Amino acid sequence: MNEPAVRIEHVTLRYGKTVALADVTQDVPAGRMVGLIGPDGVGKSSLLALVAGSRAVQEGKVWVLGGDMASKKHRDAACLRIAYMPQGLGKNLYPTLSVEENLQFFGHLFGHDANERRRRIDTLTRATGLDPFLARPAGKLSGGMKQKLGLCCALIHDPDLLILDEPTTGVDPLARAQFWDLINGIRQERPTMSVIVATAYMDEAQGFDWLMAMDDGQILATGTPAELLARTHTDSLEEAFIALLPEAKKRGHQPVEITPLQADENAEIAIEAKDLTMRFGDFVAVDHVSFRIQRGEIFGFLGSNGCGKSTTMKMLTGLLPSTEGKAWLFGHEVDPRDIDTRRRVGYMSQAFSLYCELTVRQNLVLHARLFHVPETEIDARVAEMVERFDLAEALDTLPDNLPLGVRQRLSLAVAMVHKPELLILDEPTSGVDPVARDNFWRLLITLAREDQVTIFISTHFMNEAGRCDRISLMHAGRVLVSDTPDAITEGRGAATLEEAFIAYLVDADAGAHESASGELATLGEPAHSVVEARPARQRFSFQRAFSYMWRESLELRRDPVRATLALVGSLLLLFVMGFGISMDVEDLRFAVLDLDQTTLSQNYELNIAGSRYFIEQPPITDYAQMDRRLRSGEIALALEIPPGFARDVARGASVDIGAWIDGSMPQRAETVRGYVLGLHQGWLLEQARQRLGSSVQAPVSVETRFRYNPDVKSLPAMVPAVIPLLLMMMPAMLTALAVVREKELGSIINLYVTPVTRLEFLLGKQAPYVLLALLNFLLMTLLAITLFGVPLKGSFPTLAAAAVLYCLCSTAIGLFVSTFTKNQIAALFVTMIGTMIPAVQFSGMLTPVSSLEGAGRLIGQIYPTSHMLTISRGVFSKALSFPDLHASFWPLALAFPIVIGVTVMLLKKQET
Amino acid sequence: MGRHLANIYRLGVKELWSLARDPMLSIFIVFSFTAAIYSSATAIPESLHMAPIAVIDNDVSPLSQRIIDAFFPPHFLTPTHITPAEADAGMDAGRYTFVLNIPPNLQRDVLAGRAAEVQLNVDATRMSQAFTGSGYIQQMIGDEVRTFANRYRAPVAAPVDLAVRMRFNPNLTQGWFGSLMELINNVTMLSIILTGAALIREREHGTIEHLLVMPVTPTEIMLAKVWSMGIVVLVAVAFSLTFIVRGALHVPIEGSVPLFLAGAALHLFATTSMGIFMATLARSMPQFGMLLVLVIMPLQMLSGGNTPRESMPQFAQDIMLAAPTTHFVELSQAILYRGAGIEVVWPQFLWLAAIGGLLFSFSLMRFRKTLSQMA
Repeated sequence: MNEPAVRIEHVTLRYGKTVALADVTQDVPAGRMVGLIGPDGVGKSSLLALVAGSRAVQEGKVWVLGGDMASKKHRDAACLRIAYMPQGLGKNLYPTLSVEENLQFFGHLFGHDANERRRRIDTLTRATGLDPFLARPAGKLSGGMKQKLGLCCALIHDPDLLILDEPTTGVDPLARAQFWDLINGIRQERPTMSVIVATAYMDEAQGFDWLMAMDDGQILATGTPAELLARTHTDSLEEAFIALLPEAKKRGHQPVEITPLQADENAEIAIEAKDLTMRFGDFVAVDHVSFRIQRGEIFGFLGSNGCGKSTTMKMLTGLLPSTEGKAWLFGHEVDPRDIDTRRRVGYMSQAFSLYCELTVRQNLVLHARLFHVPETEIDARVAEMVERFDLAEALDTLPDNLPLGVRQRLSLAVAMVHKPELLILDEPTSGVDPVARDNFWRLLITLAREDQVTIFISTHFMNEAGRCDRISLMHAGRVLVSDTPDAITEGRGAATLEEAFIAYLVDADAGAHESASGELATLGEPAHSVVEARPARQRFSFQRAFSYMWRESLELRRDPVRATLALVGSLLLLFVMGFGISMDVEDLRFAVLDLDQTTLSQNYELNIAGSRYFIEQPPITDYAQMDRRLRSGEIALALEIPPGFARDVARGASVDIGAWIDGSMPQRAETVRGYVLGLHQGWLLEQARQRLGSSVQAPVSVETRFRYNPDVKSLPAMVPAVIPLLLMMMPAMLTALAVVREKELGSIINLYVTPVTRLEFLLGKQAPYVLLALLNFLLMTLLAITLFGVPLKGSFPTLAAAAVLYCLCSTAIGLFVSTFTKNQIAALFVTMIGTMIPAVQFSGMLTPVSSLEGAGRLIGQIYPTSHMLTISRGVFSKALSFPDLHASFWPLALAFPIVIGVTVMLLKKQET
Repeated sequence: MGRHLANIYRLGVKELWSLARDPMLSIFIVFSFTAAIYSSATAIPESLHMAPIAVIDNDVSPLSQRIIDAFFPPHFLTPTHITPAEADAGMDAGRYTFVLNIPPNLQRDVLAGRAAEVQLNVDATRMSQAFTGSGYIQQMIGDEVRTFANRYRAPVAAPVDLAVRMRFNPNLTQGWFGSLMELINNVTMLSIILTGAALIREREHGTIEHLLVMPVTPTEIMLAKVWSMGIVVLVAVAFSLTFIVRGALHVPIEGSVPLFLAGAALHLFATTSMGIFMATLARSMPQFGMLLVLVIMPLQMLSGGNTPRESMPQFAQDIMLAAPTTHFVELSQAILYRGAGIEVVWPQFLWLAAIGGLLFSFSLMRFRKTLSQMA
């Protein structure tokens, strides 16, 4: 108990130039519920990530559970005892997987057998009240349920240290209360377990055992909540936190004072809504919401994420047409096409959503112009906004470089630039520190009271709701109650607004949650009795690799876009390339300018027109026409037979026939020349034979045997080459996306903090795509034989065996790309270029490898596509089998372990 | 009306600013219209380059040696001498594209005026090399034998000669073709990417929601993106044509550049609309990327820009009539390579206008419909 759970010594963490943690030294006691408090962006998450081992330590020492987190050996051992729930609703969950599947996945990762998993999942879901929703996809759960599921996943392996990063942000108060009850219940069962929680809700932290207040990458103060209050002589943690801030930050901070609204029965009604309803399919997002807001009032909407606040606001602005009910702004019915009413409204959406590519000034000017502020007034108006919202220093800065609080003021300035009479603000203060939040509220109050601007605001902070003239409590699309904050609190006989809200929520959906709390007491007990010694960590666990494979296949099946790309993509491209990369030149249009008009000249024309390569067009009448028709591309070849042609031939005088070939496509022109010359020679021989009656032969004839493809058709040559190309490109793209997607969505964290090894992770993720690629291979081969009519002459098993090796390579190359690309779009393009260029240019698709020189040749010799191409062409066209082709198998067989080995080395098991 | 135009103008200027401050996209544009064009003009090898050839010399005479000596780089690799047994294995393994089999007593037969036959085995799975090479080899052998024989026998002139002249590209320089086709392909690709990305970026940043509560209409938003991204690509094309294609690569341009740019503008109208449409289908940048791969490849490969349209199956030709790229490629080839004027290419202009108009109205319908889901 005396040994601290976590010891941090002189830890500094930088992201590029930004310092997230500045020389932090702190012991965190074991067996307690420790709160890490402070606004967003002060380094809470970074600190927790270091403790959880998901982020690599840069400077200083982090000791967790008695070992150094910089040591891989200790991390591997400790990850079995640590559970980490990262910030963001359901960040480490897989949204397309059901509750059951998510839990099964984590159970697998920690090496539990089927019975054990069943027992643990049942116990945990019963305790959290998730058991009726086992089949529901995690992405479709409410915020509170997502967090409970996240907790279940974290608790599945009975951790000694539970790390929760803002687990209740954006969750309704009832679900929040239940969540803490759940944690307390677990702690009673397992008193030795240490819990570290980061939170931005100061009121929540009141109930913790011990607190660390953080700001600007440093720890301001530590102690029990009572100690902190006593030290700062304040009544609430929020005030205490502000008091703890350094002087420079506090400057200019005054408590928010609310001037009460003058109640006026005859005041103009700014917004009125009657039975406003919004349905998305079966889901009722907003359910018969009604309210009236008078001019100059600050009206608050209080509720959790996804309760319908934003949807209601969008209906009021006309962004979404309502399914039922009506709303009026200033007595006009809301109509999305009503451009004029829009000019009386200012809107500030959730999060910062202005143009980050425009400077502060450009943003203001653009919005002023779009709202048609007269051109002459724009400068003055912008200056006014800049002064009022204190933006002078930031005027020519890009918003990305500004602190959140300033960006918030910019958003408000932009919403106000056209002097609207109504402001609709959707959670304007989430993520802003308390000082900036208070400043923001003072601006709002001035606007409402002095400028008579009606303000309609939504929030999930209770203390902000308390500042509104009236509030509506919203839950699951319905307004539970609407009144002044004091009236609501008194009406329920509650001490705080939060308690009153919880009381309303309990009334609203009593049945659903009650069973949950009843079961709490039994949690842990059955799970505990089965916990034997933790299984020793294996070097390579098939179960863990399998669980990743199983999960990846499920996700792939449920993602229509990727699944389509995977299945239809390569077939479509085979089709396109089979026809597109055609070297056949047939049905060429030609026309003749016949200045002789004799039987002999017509005989010459017929000789050309009779071949399968050429189609005769109406004759050319003069040179101008010839020029025009060649220019328009109507004909590819023009022949000119001179006057007196037949006569000169009969005399044996030398005659020139003119042939003009359209040279704009050199490849085609080359072929046309070959054809014409060939036909011309044939005609000459034929003429000679007819005239002389004997065979006149060239001294040496060359007998050309086109082997493997006697008709020299493009399709039989191209299709066996395109299949290896596509089997390289598409599977590589898919695996690269599969890993990078996890990086983008955040679920890669499960690689960092669970016992899964890099090789298990990679092979597990790769396997479904190898199978998919093989399915594609079969489909493409089938398509080649049937639709394209390309015969498969050699041994199919040989080709199939090569395809297996080859698909292992191509998917491994995708994994390799994923180690150094950070976002999906980059992964997509890097893989495409990285596979297409070597495959098309250097692998012998068009130019044989032996014809290449320098680096290109070297790439061609080692790149798997070259060898697959030899095998594919060998089997398809040359009727070969394994004994003839074994030399090409070895490089393929070697490439896979090499690529995957390099990938394992490059893949990071921690974020850096 | 004035207000609409003002909105479209201002929103478009905003797009231009956004693009200017996105270094990745800006670099991509510059790269696509400079280095990419240059390299595709210079990188396409001539169709016969370092072709691997082997010889089975059963004659071992001055004539056979003369024939063998005729093959040398850069068109061919220096011939390898092999035995008949090695020939099959070598061709199976793809070591040689050509195997020339010179029969015994070739020289004796030639000098005696008897017919003789040289056998040329060609690996026909290597299309372009096989086809061009075999014609070339036949001609070379013919020439060598004729010169050899002519030292001993009187020449026989062919009574009728075929004078072949290449119009528009007399030496069939691949680079002329490659650079302009790359330019044409990049016009299509970039216009789709730029408009699509502009819309998706707004959606991901949540700014589209902002626009929609302002007094601007979806048509204005879409037109703004169409004109601004269209202008960017058009300027890039004009620049590339002047400084890269004509300047650095010295490719002569036969026709009128303004006429080509007018065609490109029409084409851009169609492709930018297409970009908007695709961005409404995709929910995120990655999905847009995947969609792009599936759409761009057929558009480029089947449009007639890479290989001639007439060698494609009829149904593929018919389907591709609906794609703007087909007409744009036809129009560009006619104007740039063959110097055609408006009197020749007006049908393509009509096609492009019709397709562009349809795509635009269709995209606008879809854009309006999906806007509510975007916000």
